[in-house]
Amino acid sequence: MFKITERRMIVPNLQLMTLQAPEIAQVIEPGQFIIVRADPDAERLPLSVADWDRDAGTLTVIFMEVGASTRRMAAMNPGEFIPTVAGPLGKATEIENFGTVACIGGCYGIGSLLPAIRALHEKGNRVIVFMEARSRYLLYWQERLAPYCQRFFSITRDGSTGSKGHAGRVNDILREEAIQPQRFMVNGCTFLLSKASRELAHYNVPVIVSLNPIMIDGTGMCGVCRVSVDGRTQFACVDGPDFDGRLVDWDELLKRRQQYMNEEAFLVHDSGCGRSER
Amino acid sequence: MNEAKKLDLQRQDMPKQPPHIRRSNFKEVALGYTPALAIREAQRCLQCKKPFCMEGCPVEIDIPSFIHKIAVEDYAAAIRILKQKNCLPAICGRVCPQEEQCESKCILNRKGAPVAIGRLERFAAEWEAAQDRVEIPRAAATTGKKVAVVGSGPAGITVAGDLVLLGHEVTLFEALHEAGGVLTYGIPEFRLPKAVVRREIKYLQALGVRLVTDYVIGKIKSLDRLLEQFNAVFVGTGAGLPWFLNIPGENLNGVYSANEYLTRMNLMAGFRFPESATPVSKHKRVAVVGGGNVAMDCARTALRRGAEEVHIIYRRSRNELPARLEEVENAEEEGVIFTLLTLPLRLIGDAKGWLQEIECQQMKLGEADASGRRRPIPVAGSEFRLPMDACIIAVGNSPNPLIPKSSPDLETSDKGTIRVDEKSGKTSKVRVWAGGDIVTGAATVILAMGAGRIAARSMHEFLVREG
Ligand SMILES: Cc1cc2nc3c(=O)[nH]c(=O)nc-3n(C[C@H](O)[C@H](O)[C@H](O)COP(=O)(O)OP(=O)(O)OC[C@H]3O[C@@H](n4cnc5c(N)ncnc54)[C@H](O)[C@@H]3O)c2cc1C
Ligand SMILES: Cc1cc2nc3c(=O)[nH]c(=O)nc-3n(C[C@H](O)[C@H](O)[C@H](O)COP(=O)(O)OP(=O)(O)OC[C@H]3O[C@@H](n4cnc5c(N)ncnc54)[C@H](O)[C@@H]3O)c2cc1C
Ligand code: SF4
Ligand code: SF4
Ligand code: FES
Repeated sequence: MFKITERRMIVPNLQLMTLQAPEIAQVIEPGQFIIVRADPDAERLPLSVADWDRDAGTLTVIFMEVGASTRRMAAMNPGEFIPTVAGPLGKATEIENFGTVACIGGCYGIGSLLPAIRALHEKGNRVIVFMEARSRYLLYWQERLAPYCQRFFSITRDGSTGSKGHAGRVNDILREEAIQPQRFMVNGCTFLLSKASRELAHYNVPVIVSLNPIMIDGTGMCGVCRVSVDGRTQFACVDGPDFDGRLVDWDELLKRRQQYMNEEAFLVHDSGCGRSER
Repeated sequence: MNEAKKLDLQRQDMPKQPPHIRRSNFKEVALGYTPALAIREAQRCLQCKKPFCMEGCPVEIDIPSFIHKIAVEDYAAAIRILKQKNCLPAICGRVCPQEEQCESKCILNRKGAPVAIGRLERFAAEWEAAQDRVEIPRAAATTGKKVAVVGSGPAGITVAGDLVLLGHEVTLFEALHEAGGVLTYGIPEFRLPKAVVRREIKYLQALGVRLVTDYVIGKIKSLDRLLEQFNAVFVGTGAGLPWFLNIPGENLNGVYSANEYLTRMNLMAGFRFPESATPVSKHKRVAVVGGGNVAMDCARTALRRGAEEVHIIYRRSRNELPARLEEVENAEEEGVIFTLLTLPLRLIGDAKGWLQEIECQQMKLGEADASGRRRPIPVAGSEFRLPMDACIIAVGNSPNPLIPKSSPDLETSDKGTIRVDEKSGKTSKVRVWAGGDIVTGAATVILAMGAGRIAARSMHEFLVREG
């Protein structure tokens, strides 16, 4: 059993949860994820790890309430225990001194980029951060990211802070600021990942996205997490979750994400950000 | 052979749920022998002096002796004899391909009516479970040696059970949230009730095995780290990524690998949806591609999930179906349609990415190929389409990649299986043994157990000598 030490809403519909999982906290690296279950009957829920404390033995995740499992997790409180925290799963993000790296985060991806941003900074990269949300009140963790990034930009769809618009605005800002990244990293919902991959492809540098397809085991057994990358079938849980977004078959992936939409319709009461964006 | 005994060729049938009822429930199909049936069947055994049946059992159960004990109604003795060689009789009695193993070698098989060894084995195990006081054998004095077993399928269970009884301290690591491997996530409830598997895992824990679930070796801890804490390690991580057909449309919605489909239904109890959270879509017309036991399991599961029409699509003819005959017959009785000599060419979807049709080609049988089976060859111009809203691909798996990937010094074959010395189960890495599907590729429960037994023996020798 794994103890919840913290659970609070950081912005509407996004929950932050800290879990006691010392063995995973010891070895986890940026870009890896865990699978949790809220109770013995609950679905297996993959979540990126947004931060950890090796000394305290804790992991922090940020998740959006979209369906039955995330809803159950959101109803849990500090002091309670959950039966499953498995991980760290997936490959770690490739961290080197690339030069200038532009990192784009939306919804939970703002948080899940923190470990990579910190590691990129420690490797001597110049890190430029873009935070993307519908509105200003959905942004968070500016102060936690600040120490590791040279420049920081917000993009909101309603223009309530930073630039008004979509992920596509990254292009304008980079042009205005004369920044030429050697690499992009994008975390967030599939919609953001696909949009950013398309709009940034012209830089001819890797656009590393952290994919979040439907998963079950997360150990390379069931095959549900398959995605077509560069025309080949890859399994996000063992070959990813990081891939070069320029090579991902986004149409297929966006359709596959909706596989269970019909069945879940009667379990879900309101929609996630991915859907309202679509 | 006891010549005086008159041959009784009347093999006792096992009661089953009738097809029209069982096709819409997930309860076990075969109901098991009653004591009267078991005794009558046991009495048919000739108690051969040279029991050929034993040669057919990979774990060398003393078959005539346990059957004799059933015949004389000493069931406790029967189960004790079984458990000397087989820690999972309730499981093997159900899922062993007996017609290729013990029963194929039974002397009465020459007359076409082998003793129903598997059913008797199951009977003895069920009798014991019903007693509500399973005998816990006493373990040998503790040796102070620590063993890590990775993977809780039949191979891992066997190693853990054997070594704990020899006095070693055993920890069993499982990546998923429930132990049992394919027994838990793969083989459906109606063939192997999960309660039976859970009972065996409980028994293992009662013997003193420490079970750690949700623990992915190779990720949370490498083999090298394990070797710092344990004197020896056994790897029984089984099957991995499913194979697909590599035809267009396999990533459409409604297309599953057998592993995904069965895992959703079994491990995640999808058949109880929506009480359990994992959704499994309800499909009207389901095609299962493949002809093995896994394909039969998928097809019969789809029927129970409410499909109106379920097809098995297989490229050879009924004679070549690799599945057990019993399973083919069960599927036929339940109404699965066998669309044989048929090869899927591509999967066709609608605008939203959902499967709609499967384009197939008719095949005919040519000359025998390397496997001795007649090779299917396409019939030109025979393409046709089957309207389907789901397709389950059941054409096999590659070995689980996690451990080999994270331990480059562990020698593997080009297929990705771990290389071992057959006589001992030793891998190329010191103090590491392996067995089961991760070594052989997809095989059977009893072969995985046999491999576990061999490895356990070798590990024990090592542990008492130098470990
Ligand atoms: C490797 C990996 C890492 C992930 N990391 C995070 C994370 O850090 N934080 C986080 O919030 N989520 C993350 N996800 C996504 C998360 O696992 C899903 O949101 C979750 O499984 C939904 O479970 P549920 O039972 O609540 O919803 P479900 O009942 O499974 O889904 C409800 C509905 O929402 C849709 N849906 C599910 N997930 C999303 C999504 N992310 N965006 C848009 N629509 C969706 C489904 O298609 C479905 O129709 C990650 C996924 C993967 C594979
Ligand atoms: C649908 C289906 C039906 C079948 N029917 C029959 C049948 O009727 N009769 C028969 O004899 N055989 C049958 N088989 C085959 C049989 O189940 C397998 O041959 C057998 O289970 C192999 O056992 P194993 O111990 O090698 O591995 P598995 O049973 O595959 O177990 C391996 C375990 O290791 C775990 N694991 C993997 N990686 C890690 C890791 N890194 N760390 C920790 N744990 C890990 C897995 O989660 C899994 O639980 C069937 C198989 C399937 C899929
Ligand atoms: S374990 Fe399998 S092969 Fe051996 S006797 Fe039992 S059913 Fe037959
Ligand atoms: S099971 Fe068959 S082969 Fe074995 S002892 Fe009985 S009659 Fe002989
Ligand atoms: S989640 Fe099952 S193979 Fe990736």
